[in-house]
Amino acid sequence: MSNLLTVSPSPHIKNDQSVQQLMYGVVISLVPAFLVTLYVFGIGALITTVISIAACMLTEMLIQHYLIKTDITIRDGSAIVTGLLLAFNLPANLPWWMVLLGAVFAIGIGKMTYGGLGNNPFNPALVGRVFLLISFPVQMTSLPLPIASRMQYLDAATGATPLSLMKEGLRSGETVSGIMQQIPDHMQLFLGQMGGSLGEISALALLAGFAWMLYKRIVTWHIPVFTVATVFIFTGILWWANPDKNASPVFHILTGGVMLGAIYMATDLVTSPMTKAGMIIYAIGIGLITVIIRVFGAYPEGVAFAILIMNAFVPLINKFIKPTRFGKEVMHG
Amino acid sequence: MLKTFHKGGIHPPDSKLSAHQPIQELPVPGSVAVLLSQHMGAPAKVIVNKGDEVKAGQLIATGEGFLSAHVHASASGKVARIEDVMDASGYRRQAVFIDVAGDTWADGINCDTALDKEIRYNAAEILKRIADAGIVGMGGATFPTHVKLTIPRGKKAEYLVINGVECEPYLTADHSLMLEKGEEIMVGIQLLKKVLQVNTAYIGIENNKPDAIQQLSKLATAYDGIKVCALQVKYPQGGEKQLIQALLDREVPSGGLPVDVGVVAFNVGTVFAVYEAVQKNKPLVERVVTVTGKNLKQPANFKVRIGTPVSALVEAAGGMPENTGKIISGGPMMGKALSHADVPVVKGTSGILILPAEESLRPMIQPCVRCAKCVAVCPMGLEPYLLMPLSQQNLFDRLEAGHIMDCVECGSCSYTCPAGRPLLDFIRLGKSSVGKIIRSRKKT
Repeated sequence: MSNLLTVSPSPHIKNDQSVQQLMYGVVISLVPAFLVTLYVFGIGALITTVISIAACMLTEMLIQHYLIKTDITIRDGSAIVTGLLLAFNLPANLPWWMVLLGAVFAIGIGKMTYGGLGNNPFNPALVGRVFLLISFPVQMTSLPLPIASRMQYLDAATGATPLSLMKEGLRSGETVSGIMQQIPDHMQLFLGQMGGSLGEISALALLAGFAWMLYKRIVTWHIPVFTVATVFIFTGILWWANPDKNASPVFHILTGGVMLGAIYMATDLVTSPMTKAGMIIYAIGIGLITVIIRVFGAYPEGVAFAILIMNAFVPLINKFIKPTRFGKEVMHG
Repeated sequence: MLKTFHKGGIHPPDSKLSAHQPIQELPVPGSVAVLLSQHMGAPAKVIVNKGDEVKAGQLIATGEGFLSAHVHASASGKVARIEDVMDASGYRRQAVFIDVAGDTWADGINCDTALDKEIRYNAAEILKRIADAGIVGMGGATFPTHVKLTIPRGKKAEYLVINGVECEPYLTADHSLMLEKGEEIMVGIQLLKKVLQVNTAYIGIENNKPDAIQQLSKLATAYDGIKVCALQVKYPQGGEKQLIQALLDREVPSGGLPVDVGVVAFNVGTVFAVYEAVQKNKPLVERVVTVTGKNLKQPANFKVRIGTPVSALVEAAGGMPENTGKIISGGPMMGKALSHADVPVVKGTSGILILPAEESLRPMIQPCVRCAKCVAVCPMGLEPYLLMPLSQQNLFDRLEAGHIMDCVECGSCSYTCPAGRPLLDFIRLGKSSVGKIIRSRKKT
């Protein structure tokens, strides 16, 4: 035996989970939702996704190389996840340069200004989405209709989403049951037959992705389950109090970004709390703020804002919600 | 649902390559190096000189002071020299080198293997025999057994806990001992119960050793107050605090000892040593060591004399594999990497693990992605992701407030971290500094 021995402290073995595997696991789990969006929105979904991912990776690479002059780490897959999730939060007919701008903002401002992977307090993809929503409110809210124009990109036929129909309808004094006539039934909503952002439409595909991530131990169930349950219970109470003025809880969890937000945006490892109890508080906060914005606010949708607001509370949650220790009672002497 | 501890824990692959290999007695080597510090506490004081003839089992160094243990010659022959040798931790420590000649045992030691179930001594005599035999905790902590058996004033032992968990991957020394020396272990438990004046002993064994559970359960029916408990497989269940919680649902308080919750715990290897010391008057001069590794020809369980060089064990298991990258004394989770194979076996050596070069290197360190997995797996409820940077920045007050001293160094955090961060390395550094600060504060 002529080779030198390695001498290092224990442990000497390591499980096979790496950051790359976590990130690519997220990418794989998004495949069903991506296939649904290709089917529903066609060419526009493809263009938006490709531009978003490419722009996110390129931005990270250029910043690492020219600005902070560090090793380029785009192979860790985190920029791909951000790009994919940003695209999933955008309309399929958004002009390509807006997608590009959103991606540059998401990575440049949302992630790299804080020092890159692991240091950003806010979910970069949502930072990009909210930046675009505030900068280009018209384009960000003219969402393409499902199936209608799969071979068209910028000139895709647009129409109201179930959530905006509900908001406008209630504002003009219609009853919920009247509005629901114009909206696809719950089964179609569950499968993704509705207008909306790229990746948020099919609850079924997103739940399949969630199951994969649980199986691969990428995320735990706490945040998604508590977020959706909070939205369900809060809207359920409102609906029970006045079913003419408030949409049903099932409608609320199947439309808009609740599923995408709860499963993918809220569970972002970097920007969510470190303890189970903290995760539950954070998830309940997201659910409550989402419903408050949807029902009482000006926007029809509030998931993105709710998650970003709760992201800001994460350091505070981590400071005060500590894991329960083994042997808490301290021996003196 | 089988019992287990409540918080954290991991499931590393079992890799018990040497399971069901019978315990083979390794021939006495040509020379042994018996370290004088094989236990926690002060090194033993050597009482032989260069050139002296010694017999196997003869006392060659006395443990003096409160925390120490006697050391005996593990083979007969001539004391060749008394000088420093590198131990498993990489420190140079004093050892007695014996050039082996024949295999003569000191007077009064009974070397036959016939089972002796008769308990002839009272508690004080048993305790004295255990102290005289130089027995220490053989699970790896090497705490002197006679000290552990001396219950501090004001405390009372209610239960005896016997650790047959062997949760470290690869290791099978305790498993093979339970299969082959079950009766002796039962007698050893009766002896310990007598010393501690307790009525009930629990033996905890993980469910990946069904044959050992069956074997000991069967034997235990012949004895009063010995209960065998199958446990879920989860690392670090062999940790004293975790095992006590798994078996008795009692939580040893932070900074406290098992006896604070009425429990005293021993490893099955220690129990067997107690049996030999009391019933056969045989000091602790040999032990079972697992020699294992994926590329090793014949992973095995050897009964070896203390002071045998590790290289002799590896040779007996088929020789050192070509692409060896790491030699570990102990298991892969808590064992120590050796810098060479001439380190002598000590009382606490439970296994020798040979890792190939490709499994020897650390993963690349990436930034913390705050995935919270280290918090989820920590069996003590600590926050490793936070303790590591605090330790890097020498923020000792905050480390202490973060209960760094509770860390049992099980390595679950480093094992789990997807970013490959050396969490435990830095926690150990911080723990050592904080420990010093706490001790100096107590002095003033």
